Amino acid sequence: MADAPLRVLIVDDEAPARRRLRDLLADCAAALPIACVGEAANGREALELLHAVSADLVLTDIEMPEMGGLEFARHVLKLSQPPVVIFTTAHDKHAVQAFEVNAVDFLLKPIRVQRLLAALEKVPRLKPVSSARLDALASTARRFLSVTERSRVVLVPVEEIIYLKAELKYITIRTAEREFLLEESLTKLEEEFGHRLVRVHRNCLVARDAIRGFERRVGDEGDAHWEVLLKGIAETLPVSRRQQSIVREIGRENQRGAEASAR
Amino acid sequence: MQPIIRQDTIRLEFPDFRNLGTILRVVLAVNAMTIVAALVKEPQVELWIAQWIDMTATVEPYLIVELAILYALAPWLFRQTASMSAFVIAAVTVGVGLGLHALIGRPYSDAPFALVRQLLLALSAYAVLLVYFNLRAKALSPAIAESRLQALQARIRPHFLFNSINAVLSLVRSDPKRAETALLDMADLFRVLMRDNRELVPIADEVELCRQYLELEKLRLTDRLQVEWHLNNMPENALVPPLLLQPLLENAVYHGIEPLATPGVVSINIFSKGGDVHAILRNPYRSEGGSHHAGNKMALGNIRERLKLHFDAEGSLESRVRDTMYEVHIRMPYRTAAASSASTAEPLPGAGKPAARRNEGGPALRDGNTGVLRG
Repeated sequence: MADAPLRVLIVDDEAPARRRLRDLLADCAAALPIACVGEAANGREALELLHAVSADLVLTDIEMPEMGGLEFARHVLKLSQPPVVIFTTAHDKHAVQAFEVNAVDFLLKPIRVQRLLAALEKVPRLKPVSSARLDALASTARRFLSVTERSRVVLVPVEEIIYLKAELKYITIRTAEREFLLEESLTKLEEEFGHRLVRVHRNCLVARDAIRGFERRVGDEGDAHWEVLLKGIAETLPVSRRQQSIVREIGRENQRGAEASAR
Repeated sequence: MQPIIRQDTIRLEFPDFRNLGTILRVVLAVNAMTIVAALVKEPQVELWIAQWIDMTATVEPYLIVELAILYALAPWLFRQTASMSAFVIAAVTVGVGLGLHALIGRPYSDAPFALVRQLLLALSAYAVLLVYFNLRAKALSPAIAESRLQALQARIRPHFLFNSINAVLSLVRSDPKRAETALLDMADLFRVLMRDNRELVPIADEVELCRQYLELEKLRLTDRLQVEWHLNNMPENALVPPLLLQPLLENAVYHGIEPLATPGVVSINIFSKGGDVHAILRNPYRSEGGSHHAGNKMALGNIRERLKLHFDAEGSLESRVRDTMYEVHIRMPYRTAAASSASTAEPLPGAGKPAARRNEGGPALRDGNTGVLRG
C-alpha cells in the first residue's frame, strides 16, 4: 500500500448523497489513508475542480444537471493524468447490466461501507476506462466537446458550435468566438449529433440552427454550386453536389419556422 | 359512468344517469336504432330519410323527457334494488309515452295499436340499452383491475426509492430527528402505494400524500426544489382517484427539477369552477435531453385512463408546454362523499365507504378479490 493517501473527489448533485459519501470515506479512513480533496455538484464543476487539485479517484453520480457522470468520465480522459472514475448509482437493473457488460466500475446507492472499502483498495490497480466503453454506455449525446489546450481541458458547449470541419488529422470546431482543434471522427460526431448538425460536405457538419440561408455561386469555370451562409460569422461553406438536397430541405424548414413564429 | 352495483341473483347494473357519457351514449344509441328502424320500414332511398325525420319527431321529445326524468330520479334510483330500478325505469318509459301521446299525440288511423306499438318499441330500446350498459360494465371491470396494476407499476421510480433511502442514511448520524420524520413520511407514502387503491379518496388526502412526497424530495434536493401550493379554492371533500397527483409531481420533479442546476418551482393549483374540480400542475421545462419522456407519457396515459374509468367523458387530462413551463391540467366533476352517501343505506357487502360506488365495474373486484396486488 502506498504511503500517500488516496485522493478522492466526490461528485453528486444531491447534497445529502455527498455527505453520506463523506461519512463513509471517513469510516474507511481507519483501514486506508484517504484524503477527500473536494466535492462537486456536477461533472462540469468537477472538471473545473480537477484543474486546481489532483485526485486519484472520482466517485461520481450518473444523472446530474449540466453534465452527467458518463459525459464527465469521457472528458476526464483528456487530463494529462486522469483519475480513476467509479460511478455511484441508484439505477435500475437495466443500467446496472450495461455497466457490468462494459466492465465499468460502479457502486450501488445506498452504498455499504464494505463495498466502498473494497473498491478503494482496488483503485491503485485500476486503469481509466477506455473512451470506447464509455461511448457504449452513453445513451444521450454529450452536451460539450472537449479539447486539450495547455494541459487544460476546455469544454465547448455543443449548442455554441457553428460548424465542424475535418482537416487532415484534426477537426476544427468553429464557434462564434473562435476555433478549437478536436481529435475525433467526423462520422462518429455525425451519428451522435445528427439531430443538431447536418452534413453539407464530405468534410463538414453545420449546425442547423446556425444556417442563415444559401447562396448560388458560379465558379471560375462556370460550374455553379451552393454556399451556406452562417449566423454570427461572415465565413461561408460550400455545399457538395452530393448533399445538394439539403438546400431545399433546410430552406423549407426555415420557411416553416419563420411562418410559425410570425403567427 | 358509474353503474350501481347490486348483489342480486341476477346482477343488473345501471349507469349514472347524471353522467354526460351515459347521456351521450343513450342519445346516440337511440338515434342509431331509429335510423335502422327507418331502414327496415322504408325500402326506397329517397323516402328513407323522410321516414327517419318523421320518426325522430316522435322519438326525440320522448327521449329528452325520459332522460330529464331519469336525471331527476338518479339519486333516488341509486338507492333502490336492481329489480325496483328496472321496473321504475320501465314505468317511466311507459308513462312518458302515454303522457306525450296525450299531449301531442298524432292522429293515427288505428290509434290504439299505434300507441301500443310505440310503447313496445320504446321498451325494446330500453331493454337493448340495459343489456348494452351491463355488457359495458362487465367489459370494463377487468380494465379497472388492470389499471390498478398499472398504477402500481407506473408509480414510484426505483430511482426515487433508493435515492431517498440514501438521503435518509445521510441524516442518520447528523440529524437523527429529521431522519426519523423522513422514514415516517416514507412509511406513509408506501402504505398508500401498497393499499388497495380502487376507491375514490377526498382530494385533501391526496394533497397530504403529495406534501409528504415532496418533503422527501426536498430532503434529497434541498433548496433546488421549491414548491408553491395554491389551494385557497380547493374543495377539500371532492373525491378523486387515489394517486392522481403524486405520480404527476414525481414526473415534475424528475423531468423539471432534477435536470436543473439552479432552483426550480413546482406549482400546484387546485380549485373548483362551474361544478368541476381543476388541478393544474406546472414545472420548468427544457426541450433538451428528451430521453425520459417515454416514462412521462406512460404516467400521463395511466392517469388519463383512470380518470376515464371513474368519470367517463367528464374527466380529462391535458398537458402542454407553455414557454419554459410544462403544464398538466386535470378536470373532473365535483363529486363528494355526501352526494352519494344516500347509497350507504343499501346493504352492499364491502361498500363501507360511499366512495366505493364511484368505481366502475365493481362486482368482479368486490367479490373479496382484493388480494390481487399483494400476490
